Amino acid sequence: MRIIVCMKQVPATMEVEVDPQNGILKRMGSETKTNPYDLFSLETALRIRDKVGGTVTVLTMGPAQAEDMMRDAYSMGADDAVILSDKKFAGADVLATSYTLAQGIRLLGGADLVICGKQTTDGDTAQVGPAIAEHLGLPHTAWVKEVCYVDSGKVQVRQDLVSVSQVSEMQYPCLITVDKDIHVPRLPSYRLKKLSEGRKVRIITYKDLPDQDLSRYGLVGSPTQVERIFPPEAAQERVQLEGDSEQKTEQLFGLLVAKKLV
Amino acid sequence: MELLKFNQERCDLCRLCINKCPFQALSMEAKGIAVNEKCRMCGVCIKVCPRDAIRFEQKAGSANKREWNDILVYAEQENGDIHPVAYELIGEAKRLAAKVGYRVKVVIVGAGGTGENAKKLLSYGVEKVYVYEHPGFTGFKADCYTDAVADCIAAIKPSIVLIGATALGRSLAPRLSTRFHTGLTADCTQLDIKGNTDLVQIRPAFGGNIMAQIMITDARPQFATVRYRVMEPAKKVEDPTGTLELCPVTDDLARSRIKVVEATAICRSKSISEEEILVVAGRGVKTEKELELVQRLADTLGGQLCYTRPMVEQGYGDTSRQIGLSGRTVKPKLIITCGVSGAIQFTAGMNGSECIVAIDRNPEALIFNIANYCIADDLNNILPGLIQRLQVWKEGKQDGVSIQ
Ligand SMILES: Cc1cc2nc3c(=O)[nH]c(=O)nc-3n(C[C@H](O)[C@H](O)[C@H](O)COP(=O)(O)OP(=O)(O)OC[C@H]3O[C@@H](n4cnc5c(N)ncnc54)[C@H](O)[C@@H]3O)c2cc1C
Ligand SMILES: Nc1ncnc2c1ncn2[C@@H]1O[C@H](COP(=O)(O)O)[C@@H](O)[C@H]1O
Repeated sequence: MRIIVCMKQVPATMEVEVDPQNGILKRMGSETKTNPYDLFSLETALRIRDKVGGTVTVLTMGPAQAEDMMRDAYSMGADDAVILSDKKFAGADVLATSYTLAQGIRLLGGADLVICGKQTTDGDTAQVGPAIAEHLGLPHTAWVKEVCYVDSGKVQVRQDLVSVSQVSEMQYPCLITVDKDIHVPRLPSYRLKKLSEGRKVRIITYKDLPDQDLSRYGLVGSPTQVERIFPPEAAQERVQLEGDSEQKTEQLFGLLVAKKLV
Repeated sequence: MELLKFNQERCDLCRLCINKCPFQALSMEAKGIAVNEKCRMCGVCIKVCPRDAIRFEQKAGSANKREWNDILVYAEQENGDIHPVAYELIGEAKRLAAKVGYRVKVVIVGAGGTGENAKKLLSYGVEKVYVYEHPGFTGFKADCYTDAVADCIAAIKPSIVLIGATALGRSLAPRLSTRFHTGLTADCTQLDIKGNTDLVQIRPAFGGNIMAQIMITDARPQFATVRYRVMEPAKKVEDPTGTLELCPVTDDLARSRIKVVEATAICRSKSISEEEILVVAGRGVKTEKELELVQRLADTLGGQLCYTRPMVEQGYGDTSRQIGLSGRTVKPKLIITCGVSGAIQFTAGMNGSECIVAIDRNPEALIFNIANYCIADDLNNILPGLIQRLQVWKEGKQDGVSIQ
């Protein structure tokens, strides 16, 4: 059984600010980490492999520095790691990102099961997973809370659809996106780290991909554009209640009653 | 538009797709099977092809904007009823439509009872409700739901498609936008429309630290998922003139590779996102006694107590009571925060509240940037007196005595 897990390296902090004057994004720091939600998908994949047999390949689209994340994935037990890296992939939105990943999956010979995280902390859309499924023509279930049953032919999962808990079954090939807390991700093991030291992380570039139509990748292949960014706005009415504690309490009470809020 | 791609090497010209196509969109030509403009992207041919030779393959590119008009709202169903986000989407769609002379249409997909539910939507002044009803749509199956909505989109060519940013909506929308090779903006909190029909889509980015305005200027339709409880719901209209259209659903269209084994309604007590009055305890609430104060304030107001993330992490409440980016979005009439500093990840989940009252002893606390009524004081100095006044006032109201 072939399992492919899509993982992404994200900025370590989301502390960004917009300069209110010129609208330019001020990023704090350039540290990166593995998207925390993707650790749950890797853990899920490893458990399924350990039960059913097969291999777990980790796939990412991003800069070559993603090798750090891949080394960690090896230390957790992944069998193979592939980075889709090319300047031509930069600036991709959901459509272009999912297309590039889908092309990568094709190039790798497809998978029985593709597992994505629930969302990334930077893109934060929760859309790349289902979009990959559509590109590959696979059925998918999102927000998987529990793998109820799995064998070499099918998988049965419990999805949390807020007001409904649904158990769905799919034959392979298919895709799932897993929710956080489905399993506790294991820590990287020192033994595996040592064992995988010589192991390569494969880098795949644009010219390796089956579809050589440039207009489908990166910024060019992205139908959405960010037109501007701005700081979240403040509320309209602002009253600072003055006086001692007693007076402030009285004022607040008066306001709540007068505005029919209670 | 190139809608479908045939893999000539795999295709053995068995004609099954031609025979099964509900729209007579396929025909045998000299060069193999060809697609004509009747194709509605429903995917039946792909499902029936025994050799896996057909794929959706349409390239992103410039659509002729004049060919794509009106706004289509996807009405989600939940436990056999319309999900309230649908009314909010209709309300927002009508507001946008009025600006550019568009009409508002709705599509609904589901098993038995869907047509009945669809009727409820007409009273909100929508032009048309397209109904896809079939036993195959029991439970949520992303693949065949996509097929049904794609069928509707291909038939009516909307400029904008609005879908609730619910668990279901966020599973469905990316498949649809991908199938039409167009853009999708997830989790919008604000929308507007330009004179040239480009949708202005605003969503929180970088964990809510900033807002991003996103446009889809070339491709059509423009897809957006919209957060629940953010938009103003539509109001019923006096004499609705809209109509239902029952769309034919073949067994093939409703066929799915997902088998729903079991679906159980999760009974939660009224969730905090539905509550009108909320009291929030932040890390400023430290002692047993303080916790009791905030709980009593919530009880006296007839609302619920919620928490910031650090409070949930410390075990004060479960995540269903957490407000913020990684918790719930709430939009109550009144929210009173007690000892909450107002980090952006928190305020992103509640800054749509109608009235925000903040109590924090630090006059510089960020929460005062968004609060309507700011009380820079220790919560222990305010809450007891406030609770007492509220209780007296409530009793007074019950006795019919006005103390005002
Ligand atoms: C990716 C990400 C997602 C996050 N998601 C969320 C989320 O969904 N929800 C969320 O809440 N947070 C979230 N956070 C955390 C968030 O950044 C803040 O850390 C958190 O909201 C702070 O909680 P707080 O206001 O309770 O605590 P603090 O920031 O510690 O504030 C406590 C406040 O209480 C005041 N205070 C102390 N004693 C008293 C007293 N006796 N009377 C009155 N005031 C008093 C202090 O002056 C202070 O302002 C997230 C963070 C990240 C990085
Ligand atoms: N660049 C990427 N490389 C690999 N996987 C990705 C990438 N972007 C998104 N994903 C996958 O898609 C999921 C959802 O991401 P998003 O739609 O960005 O919230 C993530 O949890 C990953 O599994």
